[in-house]
Amino acid sequence: MVGGHEDAAIVARCRAGDAGAWRELVELHSRYVHAIATRAFGLTADEAEDVFQETFTRAYVSLSNLRQDGAIRPWLAQVTRRLAIDRIRSRSRDRPDGTLPQLAEDSERSLEQIDAAIDVRLAMATLPQSCQEILDRFFARDESYRTIALALDLPIGTIASRLARCLQKLRDELEGKNLPDSPVM
Amino acid sequence: MTEISVERIAELVALLPPAPQAWVEVAQSLPALQSDLGPLLAEWQADREARAAVLADIEQALRAEGVAADADTLRYVRLSLES
Repeated sequence: MVGGHEDAAIVARCRAGDAGAWRELVELHSRYVHAIATRAFGLTADEAEDVFQETFTRAYVSLSNLRQDGAIRPWLAQVTRRLAIDRIRSRSRDRPDGTLPQLAEDSERSLEQIDAAIDVRLAMATLPQSCQEILDRFFARDESYRTIALALDLPIGTIASRLARCLQKLRDELEGKNLPDSPVM
Repeated sequence: MTEISVERIAELVALLPPAPQAWVEVAQSLPALQSDLGPLLAEWQADREARAAVLADIEQALRAEGVAADADTLRYVRLSLES
């Protein structure tokens, strides 16, 4: 996960035809686009996949028109959001009025949480790789202690204490940051 | 300022699970599509009538050129010609 400056450098490399940079860009932002489609808007897996691919394809063909290279993340968010709303609108034509405004309100709150999660990821990226890995595997990938211990070649009895230490490091890193309150998702 | 709890941080880490790997790989393969279809797209983009005809039936246009018209290719051609 990277901030605006790094994004700008990657976008510039993409524009210069560096296929590796494009792979990097997709890798960096895939969780974000996926979370907006699935968590903020609750799209089905098929709908979310369509929105995900359409968003990245639009980004790829529009790279030369991007006004600010460092603003690729908000650009992706805006496109994903618009496409997700289109999907919901097309499947909810028969529903009574009011469904969409309520959804839009709920989604805005969810987007706020997802943006806070990005801030946490940016802070996480400053931790040692071992901490990033264990936190991601346990909390985001939902892996068991056993799976993590096997993957990282660690004694299973050390996983809980490592997680606690890494969470504490992450909290130290986030000190002073203003993150929104508990999720409503 | 309220201190953020480790529980809250854990919730936020959990909010961003990985996207399915297959989705990521499809998106990452766009430069390969560009490489394969670039000359054809440039030809269609240069000719307004050809571009309109392709947009009217992209699947048929690709088949006529011997290109497999899967969903990802159709999307890429549509968005490239519309941009």
